[in-house]
Amino acid sequence: MALHFELVTPAKLVRSEDVYMVVVPGTEGDFGVLEGHAPFMSTVRDGAIQIFRTEGAAPENIEVRGGFAEVSEAGLTVLAERVEA
Amino acid sequence: MASLKELKGRINSVKSTQKITKAKQMVAAAKLRKAQAAAEAARPYAQRLGEVMASLASKVTGDSAPRLLTGTGKDQRHLLVVANSDKGLAGAFNSNIVRAALAKANELKAQGKDVDFYLIGRKGRAPIRRQHPKNIAHMFDTTEVREPGYAEAERIVAELMEMYEAGKFDVAHLFFSKFKSALTQEPTRLQIIPVPAPEVVTTSQAAVEYEPDEEDILAELLPRYLKTQIFGALLENQASEQGASMTAMDNATRNAGELIQKLTIQYNRSRQAAITTELIEIIAGAEAL
Repeated sequence: MALHFELVTPAKLVRSEDVYMVVVPGTEGDFGVLEGHAPFMSTVRDGAIQIFRTEGAAPENIEVRGGFAEVSEAGLTVLAERVEA
Repeated sequence: MASLKELKGRINSVKSTQKITKAKQMVAAAKLRKAQAAAEAARPYAQRLGEVMASLASKVTGDSAPRLLTGTGKDQRHLLVVANSDKGLAGAFNSNIVRAALAKANELKAQGKDVDFYLIGRKGRAPIRRQHPKNIAHMFDTTEVREPGYAEAERIVAELMEMYEAGKFDVAHLFFSKFKSALTQEPTRLQIIPVPAPEVVTTSQAAVEYEPDEEDILAELLPRYLKTQIFGALLENQASEQGASMTAMDNATRNAGELIQKLTIQYNRSRQAAITTELIEIIAGAEAL
């Protein structure tokens, strides 16, 4: 089983995939989201989102600006105004 | 009866007009596809943000709610944000938007409200300034960017927020053209400030945790929601403009073709008439000898 992760910007849907874990830099501290996380909403400070595709794999970093994260039973959705390449 | 030379000149001039309209039509068709793709790509973000806003707005009520959501408590000063394009040759695209805005302005004025305009794009300026020369609050210039995008939406919202904080208006409406198809575009009015509470979609009843609390998140998301709406309107406008332009230019090309045909027939007839007259003169001359 895996966590469904979506990263969306106004320009396009950047990511929509199943991953193991995502670490999000929340305004009040980083938090990791695994599958089955409780419903949760947080604003995201400018920084890098770490995506772990599988357990123990090296994380992939995506820089986001002006973000917002929502965890529901459907998975994790990060809305960002910009994504730095 | 126009002389042969004159007719030939007219045919040539119509032909070159046709070349221009045809080129513009093809450019619009290509741009339309791109604009449509951009509008579609922006949809998921707007939709998600709308859902989040709806669930948040239903939770935050009373005095703690931000002013962007509740309004100033008055309904006196209205700001009409009118989004137009910078270029013409798009049929009735711009005039339709302007007409919708002016109709709303007159309606509000009849109710005794104050009306100001915030104009985006060049083509709406002249007709609105003619009717309301003193009520133009600001003209946002988009002539320097090729395609207005998120950066422009951000700047527009920043300016609007500033005006709102300064108490320059109570309610803001946005006018733009909604893209339905290449043939139909619908001038649309949307209230943007105070932010109308999005329809609550029945989300799960699970207790959601917030970090920071609801009010802070809402306060941060509201301007972003506004930006998304302006951005969406700009994209819709672009698609509509190209669609309208394509249709208008297609018509123009066809009309030019018809005109060329008519002129050509006229040209051939007068040429034939001239030849006949000459022949008759020669024959008459020969018989007289």
